[in-house]
Amino acid sequence: MLKILKYSFFDLMRSRWSYVYFAFYLLLGVVLLFLNNDLSKAVITLMNVIIVLVPLIGTIFGVMYYYNSKEFTELLLAQPLKRSSIFLGQYLGVALSLSMSLILGLGIPFVFYGLFKSNAIWDFSLLLITGSFLTLIFTALAFNIALSNENKIKGFGYAILLWLFLAVIYDGLFLMTLILFEDYPLDKLSLIGTMLNPIDLSRTLILLKLDISALLGYTGAIFKQFFGTSFGLIVSFIMLIVWVVLPVLRIMFKSKRKDF
Amino acid sequence: MNFKLGFIATMFMVTSMYAQTIEVCKTCPVTTLKDGISAAKPYDTVVVKKGTYKEYNVLVDKPLTLIGENYPVIDGELKGEVITVVSDSVTVDGLFIINVGNSYTEDYAAIRVKRSKHFVIQNLVLEKLFFGIYIEKSSYGKVYHNKIIGDAVEEYNSGNGIQLWYSHYVDIEHNFVEHVRDGIYLEFSDNCIIKNNVSAENLRYGLHFMFSNDDVYQDNTFENNGAGVAVMFSKKIKMVNNTFKENWGTASYGLLLKEINDSEITGNSFKENTIGINIEGSNRITYKNNNFSNNGWAVKVKGACYTNRFIENNFLYNSFDISYNSKVNDNIFDRNYWSNYTGYDLDKDGIGDVPYRPVKLFSYIVNRTPETIILLRSLFIDIIDFSEKVSPVFTPDNLMDNNPQTKRITW
Repeated sequence: MLKILKYSFFDLMRSRWSYVYFAFYLLLGVVLLFLNNDLSKAVITLMNVIIVLVPLIGTIFGVMYYYNSKEFTELLLAQPLKRSSIFLGQYLGVALSLSMSLILGLGIPFVFYGLFKSNAIWDFSLLLITGSFLTLIFTALAFNIALSNENKIKGFGYAILLWLFLAVIYDGLFLMTLILFEDYPLDKLSLIGTMLNPIDLSRTLILLKLDISALLGYTGAIFKQFFGTSFGLIVSFIMLIVWVVLPVLRIMFKSKRKDF
Repeated sequence: MNFKLGFIATMFMVTSMYAQTIEVCKTCPVTTLKDGISAAKPYDTVVVKKGTYKEYNVLVDKPLTLIGENYPVIDGELKGEVITVVSDSVTVDGLFIINVGNSYTEDYAAIRVKRSKHFVIQNLVLEKLFFGIYIEKSSYGKVYHNKIIGDAVEEYNSGNGIQLWYSHYVDIEHNFVEHVRDGIYLEFSDNCIIKNNVSAENLRYGLHFMFSNDDVYQDNTFENNGAGVAVMFSKKIKMVNNTFKENWGTASYGLLLKEINDSEITGNSFKENTIGINIEGSNRITYKNNNFSNNGWAVKVKGACYTNRFIENNFLYNSFDISYNSKVNDNIFDRNYWSNYTGYDLDKDGIGDVPYRPVKLFSYIVNRTPETIILLRSLFIDIIDFSEKVSPVFTPDNLMDNNPQTKRITW
């Protein structure tokens, strides 16, 4: 598995897309800092970008890589190798190279700007951690979609739909539900609703750091326990890990049965 | 020589006749505060030496100066009020008063000034108290440099740090109050000046006004209280250069204004409060040169607020800048700096070319269904906020800042 991981990783490192991705984040970081002159505000803007763009790029890239390297995968399958190690290797190769582009691309300008001397460093590292988690989650979801769909166009369509659903539509439905049932106690529902969407989950994680004073404005006891203590942070991280593990398990399961 | 000595002797006699000093200590002829005070004549000085004096209901009924040396401890043994001043021109200085009695029927205080004028209460340390310094129908006094540390847990059975009731022209300066119900409380007290105090960790309010007019408070710090400052049913209050920070919680405000008219709020800084200023039924107030940074809501406007002016303030990184609960707006927002402003300034005059709308649609949704706060900063919310910004339907359409500044305002 490690060999395949290494191969995929270096293959991607050489590819143009990784550089484009890396350059994009580098540019974003530089421009944000240049325009804002303020680390904490840049972190907020960056958060908005990360929770929208990272999942999108993860999904598209994952699907693209799978379809592109399909012939090579078939070649590998002819070798005496475990199927799960082939696909997990590829998956991790993609996810890790994307996370690396993210961390380096954003990290470098911020470090040069004096991140280590600023008190925004915790917010920023949290941002990078959630960004990496989102990459892992959405690449895994993309691999799932690609594995289940032989048709490339269909695969891409589903991938984009998945992103659109989790990034925008889900929140819309969520908001409608909350407003519709506003006469009932909703704090449990709203927390569960957040847990079920990795984008919302990472958003909440960052909100815990940035908007804690607003979040404490609501009276619910469960909210208070969730946001007022480290409980929220721990639960969110556990859920993020669950969100990585489940799709990866499905990749393994699916790849074992798939007929090539 | 003889003449000189005689002169000094007569001078001494004159002065000692005029103002005598009585010393109170464990080994002195006078061993208790009460005896010291009853032995003193008007305008004498009673010096209390270091030691512990278990006394309560000490009545100061003549103009005296009561001075503690090296902070003698006056222990009320939880039996009632410790010192009561009922005479004009009394100075109390340098005492350490502990164990004030607790009562549900009477407001026992560590020191109470009753119907007096020209009093000075300074350099006291009060601990384990019910009420701290209680000024009742007294005027022209000074409460200066006291430290009050309570241990209040519940609102109903705790008292206030410094309380003024029907007292006018009192200066409250350089006091430090924490862990009581209300740090400083003014009721029916006009023309008072409250300056350079620190009021922190109090159960209810750091500073509380009720029916008190023409007061000034400036350069105070209110931190981590139930709510920073509550100004209610008062007129012509000046609030200058205060700091309100970290007042967190469900009903926590930096500043709560209720039925306040014709006041002035200038140069204050509101940091990391759940709600910076909560305004209800307040008219003709000028907000100028204030800093609102990292609050949940910088300004929350409830009903019946007319002709208020928000001018040249900085709104920095608040989750919500302004929140309204109606469609009517009669307040003016002008020349403020909004960190959320996304417009441009082509003619480079420092004023944004596009007006800024500080009220987001999402703040209405949160007002209606508070749980939706969990969707803060979501892409979907940004989209509906944007569409509302383009064509206002739910938010007051005249509520905007026509001259948003592009640079942070300094003063």
